[in-house]
Order: sequence, then structure tokens, then C-alpha cells
Amino acid sequence: MKKHLFTLLTIFFNLFLLNAQDDDLLSLVGEDQPTTEYATAAFKTNRVINGHSIENTAAGVLDVKIAHRFSPISEGFYDIFGLDGATIRIGVDYGITDRLMVGIGRNSFEKIYDGFAKYKILRQSTGKVNMPITLSYLADFQITTLRNTDPDRQLSFSDRLYYTHQLLLGRKFSENFSAQLMPTLVHRNLVPTPQDNNDVIAIGFAARQKVSKRLALTAEYYYVLPNQISDDFTNSLSVGFDVETGGHVFQFHFSNSQYMTYKGFITETTDKWFNRNGTDNILSGIRFGFNIARVFTIVKPKAFE
Amino acid sequence: MKKTSWIVFLLFFATIAHAQGKFYSKTAAVSFNATTPLEDIEAQTGTGTIVFDAQTGKLESTVLIKAFQFKRALMQEHFNENYLESSKYPKATFKGAITNLADVNFKKDGAYKVKVKGTMELHGVKKDMTSDGTLTVAGKNVKVNSDFIVKCADYDIKIPSVVSDKIAKEVKVKVSGDLQPLVGK
Repeated sequence: MKKHLFTLLTIFFNLFLLNAQDDDLLSLVGEDQPTTEYATAAFKTNRVINGHSIENTAAGVLDVKIAHRFSPISEGFYDIFGLDGATIRIGVDYGITDRLMVGIGRNSFEKIYDGFAKYKILRQSTGKVNMPITLSYLADFQITTLRNTDPDRQLSFSDRLYYTHQLLLGRKFSENFSAQLMPTLVHRNLVPTPQDNNDVIAIGFAARQKVSKRLALTAEYYYVLPNQISDDFTNSLSVGFDVETGGHVFQFHFSNSQYMTYKGFITETTDKWFNRNGTDNILSGIRFGFNIARVFTIVKPKAFE
Repeated sequence: MKKTSWIVFLLFFATIAHAQGKFYSKTAAVSFNATTPLEDIEAQTGTGTIVFDAQTGKLESTVLIKAFQFKRALMQEHFNENYLESSKYPKATFKGAITNLADVNFKKDGAYKVKVKGTMELHGVKKDMTSDGTLTVAGKNVKVNSDFIVKCADYDIKIPSVVSDKIAKEVKVKVSGDLQPLVGK
């Protein structure tokens, strides 16, 4: 009896082995080492509309930016709905590593030069490392270079400087939806009115909803905490859509802000989106604008050298 | 007692016997080329897995889509995001067998022409395929090489009309691996 049992067991064991191996050869070498998978492309490019997104330019890639902001659409046909009043920013961004990028730009409005560095502190990932959010830090400066036209006042170089510090806390919730929160500090050495603080704290919100693989809706709002800036100024709200065409990203949008620099759109936006009780009509301050981004690979990954 | 030891030995032997004649690599080179006159599109990885059973001729291979590295980062992003949808379909897998195993003499070093037949799963689509390749016996190791064509349309990989001139509809794929004997697994 015992002998039979053993024989049976042997047969079963062998059958089991045969079956297990025949089913899947790949399982013999074991599962792959667990890897960390980083979430990619939460936004189409490294800007949402006026401000930064949690995306970085990849290492070795140069991102050329050309952006326009126009006069209010309410100017009508005479001004071809604001297009005659174009301001421009030309800039370049460069990815030093996949986590660190820098950029410079020149704005025609107030003849501002700006520059920034952005570093990804945390990267949203799954797998070996599970990280629910991406966290980036941005340091940005702006220098106005308009000639001083006020004979009563001497402008020193430091009076022309503005700094921005921003944390970008974002998450790609699904393939299509991403959102981010941006606590921001804008420091101004020189302020426009006595009611304005030198340091202004604002909180930004931004989101991206993909409509198709190449089209996405975007929105960006910066809320300035109360009692920091003169009542002449209001919060910046922009809504737009991104179109991706391979190498280019086109970002079209409508905004109540005509600035492309942090100190401008956070602390100096004058037009309200919904100004029912004011003298202007509703939506009278809304402007059209667009950003074009084109990437060039400067340094190829090592595998292709 | 004696019988038990005998059976244990038999069981052990059975396990060894089954593991014999299998080869594997986890560092197989997989590359592809979808270049057109308008755009250079090539990618590669050295992290493919191949397992081959010399007794039955069965051959299986898999590679992570996200492992492919491109010259251009944006292309890599588009490849994962728009074309292969790697977060939905993380792997490409081939399961098949060498159909002319009799032509290969594993006792003699040399390169043998082989035919491979099986099913490839890519972008969530399974499709039967055949391919020619080379199997090289070199001492204890076995090398496999194969070049084949993947048609984007076969695997439901959509190329929008805007970029249809830039991306080849038939992608040349190369797989090669230096396989070691699979022992004790």
C-alpha cells in the first residue's frame, strides 16, 4: 500500500512539474525586479499657462518658448480683437538633469528679463518606490529694464529686481486628469503703491484635463491672500487648451492678465473676468494669448553616443 | 526507509531532469526602428527576457515597454503615452517555439538557421507570427538572434494622419540574447 502511494505521489509530482513548466517558461526565471515607475506627462509642457507646471524639460533637451499676450478682445474689430496690441516673451529652457532645469527669457512688456531654476524634489511613482505626488521648487527672478522717466526719483538696480519662490505640488490622478497646488511668494523691492506689500503670498491652483491624446484643456488661478496688494489689482485666472503636434506644443488661452512674469500676473493684474458692477462690461478685460514650445535634443542619451 | 530515500532521490532527479536543457537571459537586447525619410525613430533596451527550452523548442520572451530608450525624450514620452499606452499595456510578450528544432545539434558549436512560430502580445493585441532567426551553440551557452517586422495596424497602434509620413507603418524589430543554462530554478 505504502509503495503504491509513493509511486502515485511520484507520478503526480512529476506531472505537476511538467505542467507547471509547460505553462509558462517565463515564470521559471522569476518575476522581474520591482522597478520604480515614474508618472510622466502630467502636463503637456513645463508651463500650465502663465506659470510653471510640475513637468520638467528632460535632460539634454532645449525647449524654445515663444509666447504672445494681446490686448483685450473687447477692443473689437478696429484692433482685430486685441491682436494689434501684442506683447512677446522669447525664452529658452534647458534640462540639466531630468530633475533640474533652468531657463531665461525676455519680455517686451516692461522690457523684463527673467530667469529661473526648477528642481523636482519628489517624483510621483509606483512600484518599488510609491510616491503619491510630485513636488518641485522654483526660484525665479525678474529684472525690469525700462528707462527711468521720473526725474524726481533715482532708480537703483535693486529697485528693478523681483523674486519668486514657488512650490509645485501636483499629481497625475489618471491618464487624463492632473492637478497641482502652488504656494507662491513674490518679493518686490519696489512696489507700485503704498498699499502694496513687498512680499506677497499667493496660492495657485491649476489643472489639466485631456480631451484626446493630443488635445487638453487647462486652467490656472492664482489667489492672492487678502490685504497684501492695492485694491486696483485682482487675481489672475486663465483658461486654455493645449495642442500637441509632435515636436511642438501650442497653448492657446484666455486670461485677465497680460503678463508672463510672476510679479506681473500675481501682483499686477488689473482686469476682472466678471466685472458686473464696474464701469466695464462683463468679460471686457479678457485677452487672448498663446505659448509655443518647441523642443530640440541637444545631448543624446548615453546609449546612443 | 530505504525505499523512501530512493523515492526522494527519484523526485530530486526528476526535477533536475526537467530543468536540463533550458536556457535564459534577462539582458537580451531588443531594439526597433521606425525611421522614415522625415524622422529618425529608433529605440533600444538591454533588459529583455528570453527563456528557451532546448528539449521542446519552446521559446518565450518579454520586454517592458517603458524600458525602451529613445534618442529624444519627447519621442519616448509620446511612444509611451500616445502609441503603446504603456501604463495600460506595460509589456510585450512572445510565446512560441522553434519549429525546425531537429536541424539544431546542441552538441556541436555553430550557427543554425531556425524558424520561430508563436503568438506575440503587444499593445493588448495578440497575434500569431512567424520569424526567421539564428541559433548559435557556443559551448554551454546558446545565442539567439531574430529580425522581424511589426505592422502597427496589426496591433491597433494608431498613427494620426498629421504624423503619418513621419512614422514607419512597418517597424523593424531586432532581438538578440546570450542565453545561459538555467540551473536550480
